[in-house]
Amino acid sequence: MVGIVVVSHSQKLAEGAVELAKLMAGDANIVAAGGLDDGQAGTSFEKIMSAVEEVHEEDGVAVLMDMGSAVMTTEMVIEALGYDDVVMLDGPVVEGAIVAALESSMGTPLRDMQAKVDEARETRKLDLTK
Amino acid sequence: MINSAKTIEILKAMADRIEAEKDYLTELDNEIADGDHGVNMAKGFNAVVPKISTMVGKDIGSLLKTTGMTLVSTVGGSAGPLYGTAFMKAGAALRDKMEIDGKDLVVALEAAIGGIQMRGKATVGEKTMLDAICPAYDAIKAAVEAGDDIKTALTKGVDAARDGVEYTKTIKATKGRASYIGDRSIGHQDPGATSSLYLMEAMLEQL
Repeated sequence: MVGIVVVSHSQKLAEGAVELAKLMAGDANIVAAGGLDDGQAGTSFEKIMSAVEEVHEEDGVAVLMDMGSAVMTTEMVIEALGYDDVVMLDGPVVEGAIVAALESSMGTPLRDMQAKVDEARETRKLDLTK
Repeated sequence: MINSAKTIEILKAMADRIEAEKDYLTELDNEIADGDHGVNMAKGFNAVVPKISTMVGKDIGSLLKTTGMTLVSTVGGSAGPLYGTAFMKAGAALRDKMEIDGKDLVVALEAAIGGIQMRGKATVGEKTMLDAICPAYDAIKAAVEAGDDIKTALTKGVDAARDGVEYTKTIKATKGRASYIGDRSIGHQDPGATSSLYLMEAMLEQL
């Protein structure tokens, strides 16, 4: 099963996204890496690195990030670890985390995750044609 | 020439300057983004000082690499990966060097800028630290090529960086958190360009 890490500047948002994802896919291997070590807003290299290590198994890891330093710090973690089976997914953090968790629990491989998250991005919540 | 011992002094002076300007940098950041730049930078550079203090006699490349890695681990905002990558790339460019001259400074700055661009995907004119660092690099390179010593070259670089910081007031942010407010960022001075200027000023004061 692909492991999933949710990276956000906010510890609460990352944990909340994981909470929501687990409601849909209780057996997903998904963890949060939000905020700094002291809980303040920001992104922590160490937190992200240990989260990736925590869920890293034979099928790899997909990471969802919010913005800015969350993306750049995740990039640096992946470079530092040197794993070729840890990928960043481009998409909305909350919806992306839910989709990724569902897909991973259904056995979707890492290489198909981005396409699934793209579908989540395209899914409209409102019918704006009316 | 700048030797290893002087490099440690410069890095400590950078930390002192950032600490002194912490509130002002945060105030600038508050106006256009999430208001964490001063606090984050101070946290990072204050963590650098004890690390490099134990590295007396080490080559300049190692000092800069340690500085970069410490910033990445401790800053917590975009400045962490950006300045962290800059210092790590500069360190790689100056590997094993016990002293550097103006030409080495040009090489190190070029590597640092390359690192910032790779990490942040920004270019000049987007209201970022590059708007201070790139003009400084151009001025330093021209000065070194014209035969200026490192202090004279850096003096010209700092002047160019200061103009670059002023220029950030006139442009719209298209990268970083400030890009979310678009046109409303015009009129505000970029905090990243400002902290870059302070780092260069702190270096110059030690020469």
